[in-house]
Amino acid sequence: MMKAPNAGKVPGTQHRRLTLLTAIGLLGAFGWLVPHETLAAPADYQRPELRIPKDSTLTPERIALGKALFFDPRLSGSNWISCATCHNPALGWSDGLPTAIGHNMQVLGRATPTILNTAYNKKQFWDGRSPTLEHQALGPIEAAGEMNQTLAELIPELKAIPGYELMFERAYPQEGITDKTIAKAIAAFERTIVSTEAPFDRWVSGDESAISDAAKRGFALFEGKANCAACHQKFNFVDDGFHNIGLPSTDDPGRYVLVKVDVLQGAFKTPTLRDITRTAPYMHNGVYATLAEVIDHYDVGGVNKSNLDPNMKPLRLTASEKKDLTEFLKALTGAPLEITVPNLPSAF
Amino acid sequence: MRWYELTLCYVFMAAAGVPSGLAAEYEIDQQDKTFMMNNAKVERFSIKVGDTINFKNLDPWFHNVFSLSDISTFDLGSYPQGQHKSVMFSKAGEAEVECAIHPQMYMILEVKP
Ligand SMILES: [Cu+2]
Repeated sequence: MMKAPNAGKVPGTQHRRLTLLTAIGLLGAFGWLVPHETLAAPADYQRPELRIPKDSTLTPERIALGKALFFDPRLSGSNWISCATCHNPALGWSDGLPTAIGHNMQVLGRATPTILNTAYNKKQFWDGRSPTLEHQALGPIEAAGEMNQTLAELIPELKAIPGYELMFERAYPQEGITDKTIAKAIAAFERTIVSTEAPFDRWVSGDESAISDAAKRGFALFEGKANCAACHQKFNFVDDGFHNIGLPSTDDPGRYVLVKVDVLQGAFKTPTLRDITRTAPYMHNGVYATLAEVIDHYDVGGVNKSNLDPNMKPLRLTASEKKDLTEFLKALTGAPLEITVPNLPSAF
Repeated sequence: MRWYELTLCYVFMAAAGVPSGLAAEYEIDQQDKTFMMNNAKVERFSIKVGDTINFKNLDPWFHNVFSLSDISTFDLGSYPQGQHKSVMFSKAGEAEVECAIHPQMYMILEVKP
């Protein structure tokens, strides 16, 4: 049944159908003419507050413990793979591979997402199956194809390491070494892995010389003709959303496995664009090696048109526009975080 | 949809005597990836059986609305800025209503008998 849209000026107003029918119709017709929202202004690029659960606040002891756990291969069944094996700080907190390599060198189905700015994510994993970093942290440890470690084995293993007993006691007094404290500590460390100021941020704050004219033109394209900002929004250049962008070489159902709504068939989480020059190859299946390939993909409006996100349209960018977009994307990379690799507590 | 199509539609509805009774229609806006009503975020909303909610997309990108709840299962698909889709709730109880594309767009609808 067709219904009248309300006038833009009075959203949420309740109507009685018959008595107000004509009036609603007229308002609806004019409501259509109300100017539409415009895309983000530079003020929208301010860094947001970190969302930290009340029972998982950051302390130096928790961050140090989480860092040790993150770099410790003893968290895996083989004692050979750490979180940092795939989330390598030297490779943009990813692995430089099209898709991850896990336990026993199996090639996995999806690319390793960067840890950078996961602190700002509303959902974790490519398909968004975790609501928090705490919930996410144990997933790859326990996954048979990834670190292949059961918590029932891991917890006594960590308890047998005196240095960890002490670090857990300092970080989480009287809580002990449990699945909860392991997850909280790793999450605490990950919340410190946030992007640094990029040339783009200096430009937004008023330094006109911070980025090139090509990058500025690229930003206008990003928000305009190329429509990247339909999904890549605000500080972290994400919409916390899920889209099927028509990638080749994938039959992965993505988020549809979790939420059986048609639009999610083949849909994956919008990834951050921060430090993007460090996180090649690109996309959930790592199918593109360079930013130029990524831009070509969007320029044709996606390659695989099956269940394609309707925001995707052919862009008809010129060669110089493509270069401008690349220059803009490069301006989103800041100085790398200074990370020292921790000395791990010894077994005795 | 053009304004004249809408107008035709209302004329048709009036002529057909679409039953109104006491059923109400509410508009919920999809704005800045949030369900909004009267410019405030809607997290929970109460209606009566037979009432209709009209979801209107004010954002310059597509939104979806769906529910997979016991009292109501629907998927309004994806639609762009300026368009709206409505759904009538015919059973009492609670429905979780969400945008599949942006799961932070989430509300609970309480449908009273
Ligand atoms: Cu949405």
